[in-house]
Parts: sequence; C-alpha cells; structure tokens
Amino acid sequence: MNDSNIFMLISSFLRSLLSPLLGNDATDLSIYVVGLVGVIIVVFTNAVILVLMERKVAGFMQSRLGPNRVGPWGILQTVADTLKLLSKEDYQPREVDKWVWALAPALLFIPALGAYAVIPFDNQAVPVDLNIGIFYFIALSSLSTLPFLMAGWGSNNKYSMLGGMRAVAQMISYEIPLIFSILGVIMLVGSLQMSSIVEAQSKVWFVLLQPVAFVIYVIAATAETNRTPFDLVECEGEIVAGPFTEYSGMRWSMFFLAEYANLFAVSAIATTLFLGGWQPLPLPGALGDILQFIPGWIWFAAKTYFMIFVFMWFRWTFPRFRMDQLMSFGWKVLLPLSLANILITGVGIYFYRVMIGG
Amino acid sequence: MQTQKYELNMGPQHPSTHGVLRILLELDGEIVVKATPIIGYLHRGIEKICENKTYVQTIPFTDRMDYLAAMGNNLGISQAIEKLMGVTVPERAEYIRVIMAELSRIASHMICIGSLVMDIGGVTGFTFCIRDREEILELFNRACGARMTFNYIRVGGVSQDLPEGWVDACWKFVNNFDKVMETYNNLIVGNEIVQLRLKDIAILSAERAIAMSATGAVLRASGVDYDVRKADPYGIYDRFDFDVPLGQKGDNWDRFMLRFYEMEQSVRIIKQALEQMPEGPVMAKVPKVIKPPAGEVYHRVENAKGEIGFYVVSDGTTKPYRWHARRAAMVNLQLLDELCHGNKLGDVVAILGTLDPVLGEVDC
Repeated sequence: MNDSNIFMLISSFLRSLLSPLLGNDATDLSIYVVGLVGVIIVVFTNAVILVLMERKVAGFMQSRLGPNRVGPWGILQTVADTLKLLSKEDYQPREVDKWVWALAPALLFIPALGAYAVIPFDNQAVPVDLNIGIFYFIALSSLSTLPFLMAGWGSNNKYSMLGGMRAVAQMISYEIPLIFSILGVIMLVGSLQMSSIVEAQSKVWFVLLQPVAFVIYVIAATAETNRTPFDLVECEGEIVAGPFTEYSGMRWSMFFLAEYANLFAVSAIATTLFLGGWQPLPLPGALGDILQFIPGWIWFAAKTYFMIFVFMWFRWTFPRFRMDQLMSFGWKVLLPLSLANILITGVGIYFYRVMIGG
Repeated sequence: MQTQKYELNMGPQHPSTHGVLRILLELDGEIVVKATPIIGYLHRGIEKICENKTYVQTIPFTDRMDYLAAMGNNLGISQAIEKLMGVTVPERAEYIRVIMAELSRIASHMICIGSLVMDIGGVTGFTFCIRDREEILELFNRACGARMTFNYIRVGGVSQDLPEGWVDACWKFVNNFDKVMETYNNLIVGNEIVQLRLKDIAILSAERAIAMSATGAVLRASGVDYDVRKADPYGIYDRFDFDVPLGQKGDNWDRFMLRFYEMEQSVRIIKQALEQMPEGPVMAKVPKVIKPPAGEVYHRVENAKGEIGFYVVSDGTTKPYRWHARRAAMVNLQLLDELCHGNKLGDVVAILGTLDPVLGEVDC
C-alpha cells in the first residue's frame, strides 16, 4: 500500500506551505480545521447526493423514473428542494417548549457530524485516528437518542410524544446488539483503533469471518438510523411524522440531514468493520495487483455506497414492524444471537491460538 | 404501575385514514382502549339531493359515493329503477354490466390491498397496485370516457356500446392477470413482516359479524357464506360459474387475503362474460322522461365493499319521493371500535385498511 495517497499529498502540501508562516502548533491546528471543513463538505454533499439517490432507488424499485425534471436526469432536484426548504417560513408553534424544541435539531446534527471524525476514508486519512476509535463512534451515536426525545417532548404534540418515546425504546434496545456485533470484530483485531481494524483485513474481510455479526450489525444499524422496516419513530402511517411533526423548513431538514449523515456513517462503519475499509478486494495473482492501483478512497466510497444501496433496498421493499414485535425481535432474537456470536468467536480464537501456538 | 389514559385525535387530516375520517382514540400507552370513528366530514347530503333530481340524474351521484368501485353503484341504482319500472335490459348490456362491475371490484380491491400495505409501511406494494389498476381505469376510459366517475350504466342498459378493440384489450388484461398476482404474491403476500403484522390480529367472530350486519369481504372472512351474487342473484349472475372464497378465522390476514381470492374469481367471471357476450343493442326502449309507477323498491348488489342496497320510493312523478342507499362501507366501519380493543396503535391503521372504508360512501 503506497503512503502517498491524495489526502496525504494535500496535507503535506498544506504543511509545507503553512509551517514556515505559523510554526508547528498552529499548523497542526489549521490542518485539523481543514479536515473539519472537509468533513462538513462531505456530510452536506453526501446528504444532497443521498436524497437524490434515495428517490432514484425508490423509482427503480417501484418501476418508475423518479425525479427527472430539474437538470439532466433530475440531478438538480435536491438543490431545488434545498432552496425551497431554505425559503420557507421558520414557523414556531405557540405551545412548544421553546428551548427544548429549538435545540433538538441542532443537537441531533452534532453527534452525526462528530462521528465522522473517526471514519477512515483512506489509508492514513482518518480525520482523528483515536486509539478508541470505534468506542468513540458508539458513544457518539448513542447520543442521538436524546434529541429525538427532546423533539418529541418539546413539540407538545401527542404524535411527537409517541414518536419520541418510541425512539428511545427502539434506539436503546438496538444499540446493545449493535455493540455486541462490533465486539466480535474487536476481539479478532484486538484493537479499537479504526486504522488497525482496517489493516487487519488485508488478507480476509471480516464479513467472511463474522457473517452473523455482519447481519446483526446491518439489522441493528437500520434500526439505529430509523429506516424501514424499523422506522417506527417517523412512522408516517400511524403517527404522521413522529417527533418531526411540528417542525418545518430548515429545522425539519436538519433532521433529514442528520438522518442521511447517520446513514452514511453507519454504512462507512460497516465498510470499515466488515468489508475491509479502503483495502481492495484481496484477490491473488495479477488481478489483485491491478486492483491495488485503484485509490483507497474509491474502494471505500464504492463499498460505502453499496451498503447505502442495501439500506435503501430494505426501505423500499419492507413494510414496518409493530412496536411490540420490534422490541421482541431486538431482545429475544438479536441479543441472544449476538451474545452467542461473541462466545463462538472467543472459542474460535482460543482454538486458533492453541493451533498456531501449540 | 399507575398509568394514565389519554386521547389522540387521529384525523381528519392524517396520512392513513383513507380520506377525512376522524378517529378519536383513547390510548393507554400504545394500546387502544377505545376507538370512536367520527364521520361526516365528507357529508354532501346525497340522499336529500337525489330526492330533488330526476331518476336518471341520480346515477352520477352514486359515482361519487364509492368512487373506487363506482360501476357497482351505477349498476345498483339502475337496476333498482328498472325493477320499479319493469324494464328488461338487452342481453349485451347485461354482459357489459357484469364485466364493468367485476373490473370495478378488482380496481377497488387493488386500492384496498395497496393502501393497506402502504399504511403498514410498504410503499412499493402500493405503487404496483396503482400501476395495475391503471390498466382497468384505461379500459373504463375507453368504454365511457371517464376514469373515475363513469355514469356509464344507465336505466335500461349502458350509455354506449363498447368501442372497437375494447374486448381484445380486456382479454389482454385478464390473461395477464396471473402475472400480476404473482408479483403481489412475491412482493406483498410472501413478505414475513406483512404476515406478522396481519395474522391473528383483530379477530372477528361470525356471530359478531352477523350481529353488526357486516357484508362483503369483512363478513366472508369470518367464514359466513353470504354473497349477494349467489344468495340473491341479480342481472345475469346466475349464469356464471364462480366460487365465493371464505376465510377461516376472521382476522386481518383473512380479510386481506380474501381480496386476492375475490380478484381471481372476478377474473373468472369476466372471462366467461367475454366469451358468452352476444351482439345486439345495449339500450332497452326506455321513455325519455322516466316516470315509474307509484311504489317502492329495495335492490341490493354485491359491490367491492359489500352489499350496497338502494331503497327508492316513487310517487309517480319524475322525481323519487325517497332515495336511500345502504352503504356497506358505512356499516362495516362500525366494527372499528370492537376490533381495535386491546390492539396497538399500529394495528388501528391495519384494521381500518382491512375494513376498507371509502369516505365518499361512509359519509355519502
């Protein structure tokens, strides 16, 4: 793997430009700022692309065209939508709990953005390569439960309230199997650092070693991002729009933005943990060498978008669960399964060590 | 644990109340304690209006009652007036009426299935149902120039003969229907979550169904063999060979599946009718001004939602003295409260979907 990928080139160029002017500490700081701006740009462009992609995938699933009026093949549809949302009145219902209500969309967006800090976009191109990377991600993603409850409570609307309550019940229940499924991978790697998790998969992707964990992760991640068949929080058919009922314009689109930011984040984590991150397909022989030449970030983007497509595929083919079915599925099926997975992984690792050690 | 009940106003503006139905839900958490349907948001006073119209002028109003299966309503009121006058309808018109009524039933059931699936979250099922229903609407459009409000079946026959090529187009639709059903089976019926959501929910016993005078698929899902087409054949329905599918348990799943079986039976009837349809006139000799002799008539037909009956009283003038419609959707909707008891909030929309009310018919 060559160390001079595009991100490294940019950062070393910036360093050589800035360090004579600012000194080392200030340069480090400004590189972080550049990284942060880069991540924000990624989040926003992704949301724009994903909204269009979702509608196009929906059209494909439903044997229709999807948006095709604004711009060629409708690619400017999201831009038009965004402009519409921006120009809308910032309407605040009279009876809402003002602070709680207004803070919720902003607070939801912060953990969604923060999670990007540890996503390994390419070799050595992790915005902040923490040694507890995956733990940081889990900690931040569980923060996003609270804004849903705040939106539900602060809206002073029964639909919102029901949605907020459902959000808490659902997201807390599905976080546990999510974390346990990740544990299997961590046991194999022996590290929480994102870059070492990816590097451990240079020979074989963990989706082959941990197939059950992968399935559990995908299911729990769907529930974490509140997408069909687990979209009981929004649940258009029952509780109108759940916690988002009383929001309009840009406030409402913050929820939307956060949803797509989260969708990208969980897909990126699935790529990192199970699909080998930025690494190319581990094929033997000449074909494997050719695949090495494709830059890592293209591999990463391709795998992540594939995962996003899978999540969209779920959304447009499945109906949703009922609340009690959702809960019993989480606690009675996914949780025991993920615990068994950890046990079997542990036993497997033990025997592997006995074999190579003894 | 001490819990507090609360009320939730579902509707009249709500994504899945099939129009402007308002349900006052009394909830204990997610569990429904009481569900009171509040109707009347679409009330137009059709019955009273019709008392001030001539007999023929009342037919378009029936289009606006159950607008998803309007041909059946046209058929009901036309046959009621014909019964009052003693008119015999030409053979060809009778066959066209049967074909139209059955196509209407299929279109209505497609909406029922599609909107039920959409209410429980599967939007894709809905679009496929709408896509296939479009072909039926196109057939209607070619026959009478309207996709929804037809005014096609008139007193004495039908307003115009089928255009050239219509019969072939209809054959194409019914012959292709197996493929349509296969799509539904793969996408909707075979889906585990759909089954999980609908099976064993809101069981309606045969006794309660009869006591609440439910009709149509809601009644037959509870295992009661009652179909007006068999029990009291009208028109030429006694000439066709078809089954009346019955449910076992009377739960949501039975009510849902019965619509699929009924669509298959309707296709059977249409195939037979297309084969047997003779040439000839499509309109009987009916006087320009319809003045039925004084008297009263109650005529019922099996429409998509159930038994729709028309009670017409004539005083010998050009306008009906009393014009009343027994609307199946209205009667079936009264079951909502007892079916919802003890079920979850998410089931309310599913139960409503299987009862299949059309608010145009409920409020009338």
